[in-house]
Amino acid sequence: MSENIFEAKNLQKWFPVRRSITDLLKRRQSYVKAVDGVTFSIRRGEIFGLVGESGCGKTTTGKMLMKLLEPTGGQMLLDGQDVTHITAERLKTYRREVQMVFQDPYASMNPRFRIRDVLEEPLLIHKVGEDHQERLKMVARALTEVRLQPPEEYMERFPHMLSGGQRQRAATARSLILNPKFIVADEPVSMIDLSTRAEILHMMKQVQRELQLTYLYITHDLSTARYFTDTIAVMYLGRIVEMGDPDDVIDHPRHPYTMALIAAVCEPVSGKVNRIKDVPIKGEVPSAQNIPRGCRFHPRCLYAKEECWTQIEPELEIVEGRHWVACRRYKEI
Amino acid sequence: MVAESARENKRVLEVKNLKLHYLTSQGAVKAVDDISFCLNRGETLGIVGESGCGKTTTAVALMMMPSPPGKIVGGQILIEGKDIVPMTETQIRKQIRWEKISMVFQGAMNCLTPVYTIGKQMMETLREHREMAKEEAIARIEKYLAYVGLSRDVLKRYPHELSGGMKQRIVIAMALFLEPKIILCDEPTTALDVVVQAQIINLLKDLKQQLDLSFIFITHDLATEAEVSDRLMVMYGGKIAEIGTNEQIYGKQGPMHPYTQRLLKATPLLHEKVEELAFIPGRPPDLLNPPKGCKFHDRCNVVMDRCKEEEPDLREVEPDHFVSCWRCRES
Ligand SMILES: Nc1ncnc2c1ncn2[C@@H]1O[C@H](COP(=O)(O)OP(=O)(O)OP(=O)(O)O)[C@@H](O)[C@H]1O
Ligand SMILES: Nc1ncnc2c1ncn2[C@@H]1O[C@H](COP(=O)(O)OP(=O)(O)OP(=O)(O)O)[C@@H](O)[C@H]1O
Ligand code: SF4
Ligand code: SF4
Ligand SMILES: [Mg+2]
Ligand SMILES: [Mg+2]
Repeated sequence: MSENIFEAKNLQKWFPVRRSITDLLKRRQSYVKAVDGVTFSIRRGEIFGLVGESGCGKTTTGKMLMKLLEPTGGQMLLDGQDVTHITAERLKTYRREVQMVFQDPYASMNPRFRIRDVLEEPLLIHKVGEDHQERLKMVARALTEVRLQPPEEYMERFPHMLSGGQRQRAATARSLILNPKFIVADEPVSMIDLSTRAEILHMMKQVQRELQLTYLYITHDLSTARYFTDTIAVMYLGRIVEMGDPDDVIDHPRHPYTMALIAAVCEPVSGKVNRIKDVPIKGEVPSAQNIPRGCRFHPRCLYAKEECWTQIEPELEIVEGRHWVACRRYKEI
Repeated sequence: MVAESARENKRVLEVKNLKLHYLTSQGAVKAVDDISFCLNRGETLGIVGESGCGKTTTAVALMMMPSPPGKIVGGQILIEGKDIVPMTETQIRKQIRWEKISMVFQGAMNCLTPVYTIGKQMMETLREHREMAKEEAIARIEKYLAYVGLSRDVLKRYPHELSGGMKQRIVIAMALFLEPKIILCDEPTTALDVVVQAQIINLLKDLKQQLDLSFIFITHDLATEAEVSDRLMVMYGGKIAEIGTNEQIYGKQGPMHPYTQRLLKATPLLHEKVEELAFIPGRPPDLLNPPKGCKFHDRCNVVMDRCKEEEPDLREVEPDHFVSCWRCRES
């Protein structure tokens, strides 16, 4: 077995868009470059965190890993095996091995299903469990694992009868029920309060250690990511701009975008209400359809110099140990 | 007495003994159970609490639109001094909802219809409520887009062509363009990255001043509330545990209710490395069969015998600071 359970090499996902009739007539094709060349490896049994701005391609990356989207370019390896494009046959086993907790628990559950049906569905699809009775037991166990107790009560509810956070826990329970080895968790706890969030992350970490699971954990919450993950990768506009040990990345960020992210984090102290917060970043997120040339962060970067837009895009390079950054000027700033 | 009436004058919203229960086949889920609070002109009131404690339910009650099988079973909601609970649905629609009070729903930015352009969706929503000519409507829409920092070319775009932060701004613009004075924001920044989150928070602060608005800002994140809310209301199990000013909750003295204290401890600091995140063991009360006594007693680390028998009511323990806990009484 290789050390890395998963590897992405220059992975890309471009969505074609045709905006207008003139585009159509001129056969002009433009693309939303949602993921534009990402390379990373996830070690067996680690929790790999993916953070970054909304719309930078985190979910798209996760969906490629789940094989819900076909990559436009690049390569993916699971257990050393090329899984970039696979047969329908292989896809079936793949879907048991790799599970996803979706970002939006509203959209990922059939509103006409009771929670027990929502959780029983994957068991039925993959023919797990002797009979209905046994499957219900598994459903109850999964609900208990995510603290939806008493499970009997929640099993009978419809998704709309749960609060936002309860629904997210039900979604987590659904992904655990098939005992996968790799879980893509797309903001599994974003709608949950911090106490419950801590408790669920604690639970997920325990399950992870017991079952030797590997997680790709997508989040916005740097504070808990620091505690929860073994590696953090920071994405900006379809690219990884910084990656490394969580303590290094958070306490000694090297990329200007990571610095902005860290400066923007709210802190529970008084005296900030009437102040407009100063975040070291300019302008708005550019569209993934129109990626700036050179360093793609340059229009928003406070440290940008001519070299940043005239020269080719910086690649990830090693700062030291397990800490990478993609910035031309990181040594100077 | 004079001070009291000056206080009342500032109130744009007053909630008295409000109860909203979900009348399910298994019984009443007491999601909001006898809560009283007020909102002053030009302030932001934060509502926090664990998942399922009744934050969204409180907000939809104020909008008079409980999701079935929810029903307002008691209490008053006074907007500009007038109780809206007894009003008919037609009256509410004509005079109150979206007109005086509007809401950015939890997850609303994901509910923009994918098949229509932003312009079409905004136009339809606006013209549902206001009879106005197309040009006038466009002018109004552009005005509010400018307030939220977006240019008019978003109007031609489809939701999937916008970032999460942009969609959230659209939804905020739609809550604003009928010009209500009270805006309820239910987790408006939860799904956004921290940079965009900071921008949205800056935006709301700016709007509050420019347009003289009052906000209710719901989140489960005490850190975010610290930077947005002038006053904070902490809910637990469908009730109010504590209400205090920003300084009272986040200042040196810190909160008084044991639940708020534990919540604050469970809020991690970015630059503090911890082995384990703190959390409050146990779970929130079953709202179908709430426990006797203080709702928090089975998780409270300073529980007394009395707490298991009698429920403490919300008392003002110092000016503007309300707490419902037996330990926080002078005697
Ligand atoms: N099916 C699609 N067609 C066209 N563009 C798409 C499609 N799906 C996603 N995109 C675009 O790709 C980009 C990346 O989207 P993605 O959902 O991966 O971002 P994200 O990092 O998960 O953001 P968030 O934090 O808001 O969830 C966005 O600009 C989005 O609008
Ligand atoms: N339509 C419904 N039918 C029955 N129970 C409901 C319904 N909607 C909400 N509830 C219950 O009411 C309680 C309060 O829900 P509410 O949505 O107000 O919580 P919340 O504080 O907003 O939580 P979150 O932070 O997770 O969004 C929860 O226990 C929930 O399960
Ligand atoms: S390469 Fe230049 S523009 Fe890009 S992040 Fe570094 S300093 Fe900023
Ligand atoms: S009333 Fe008692 S149980 Fe409730 S919070 Fe106070 S001390 Fe704890
Ligand atoms: Mg996403
Ligand atoms: Mg809610």
